[in-house]
Amino acid sequence: MIALALVGHSEELLRALGAMVAQAAPLVPVVTAGGTATGSLGTSSPGILAALRVALQASAGEGVVVLFDLGSAALALEVALEELADLDRERIAVSDGPLVEGAVRAAVEAAGGAPLAQVCAVADGERATPKLPPNWPDRPGGRPVAR
Amino acid sequence: MSDDLLVRWLTLAGARVAAARERLTDLDAAIGDGDHGINLDRGFRELVRRLEAGLPGGVVAGREVSAVVLEGAGRALIGTVGGASGALYGRGFQRAGAALLGPSADAAPLDGRSREERAVIAFGAAVDAIAALGRATTGEKTMLDALVPARAALEAAVAQGATLPVAARQAAEAAEVGAEATFPLIATKGRASYLGERSIGHLDPGAVSSAILLRALADAAAEG
Repeated sequence: MIALALVGHSEELLRALGAMVAQAAPLVPVVTAGGTATGSLGTSSPGILAALRVALQASAGEGVVVLFDLGSAALALEVALEELADLDRERIAVSDGPLVEGAVRAAVEAAGGAPLAQVCAVADGERATPKLPPNWPDRPGGRPVAR
Repeated sequence: MSDDLLVRWLTLAGARVAAARERLTDLDAAIGDGDHGINLDRGFRELVRRLEAGLPGGVVAGREVSAVVLEGAGRALIGTVGGASGALYGRGFQRAGAALLGPSADAAPLDGRSREERAVIAFGAAVDAIAALGRATTGEKTMLDALVPARAALEAAVAQGATLPVAARQAAEAAEVGAEATFPLIATKGRASYLGERSIGHLDPGAVSSAILLRALADAAAEG
């Protein structure tokens, strides 16, 4: 089964997100890399690298979809990915989807036995999925523009 | 660049970063997430600790001790800074080290090059690596606004036959001018870009820390 690796600035945020994902898809392996090695807010390439390796193992070689939060997370993730062997890196797909929605959506897809590219694609797809229902009342500033 | 100067530079840089910790953090609080000084200080403390412990593998045998020192310095920053600046500076130091090893492991293309030429090669590789990882260029209110002019100044000085202390001083001056020039810029990269026009009227903390690192290099070179 495809595993998820969740990367971000806060250990607490990521731990809670891991619990949300586990509720939606208890059998999907989820590994988190939140915060720095010293427990402060931030991202850590060595921590991310370790999480990716654990996730790869937990997926029994099927592959890992990575979701991440803002700012330096992408840089730290890129540096971590370069430390991996080519064969491992090929089994990792980084999603550009939103962290929370993408993670839950991807986990449900993974639980259904979907392959790596498909799990990543549904997580990506959450970028374009409207969150407000169509009959949502008008708000100050107007309705959000449909993408 | 001699290994001895490299160690003196990094040690002095650590002290300067520690002294500037509050200033860098205040600059970052204005337009970022307010941790640049804290993060960089933590990273340089670890870097200096590892230098004093002899870096990975100890003070190694072989030609390119400086490459090993730079790679180890980068690794220390990547592992402990915990922000974009850790990945960027860390990658810069690592690629500077790699550049001193030349295009292949058994080639020795840099043998016989002066320390000035080696500094140009290493610093150029660092700036290229930072620009590539950050997908950034000058004028975006980032550390590149200090680093790119510093590189140009270093290259120009060395091309005119300047010694390393002189070239490094000119690089530091260019970096300081570049950092000051970030004041009116709109940030388009990193957390500061969230502020849009409100990022105008602040110095970029990364450009300021880059200038601090280069001033430390100039001062370390002047001593030697």
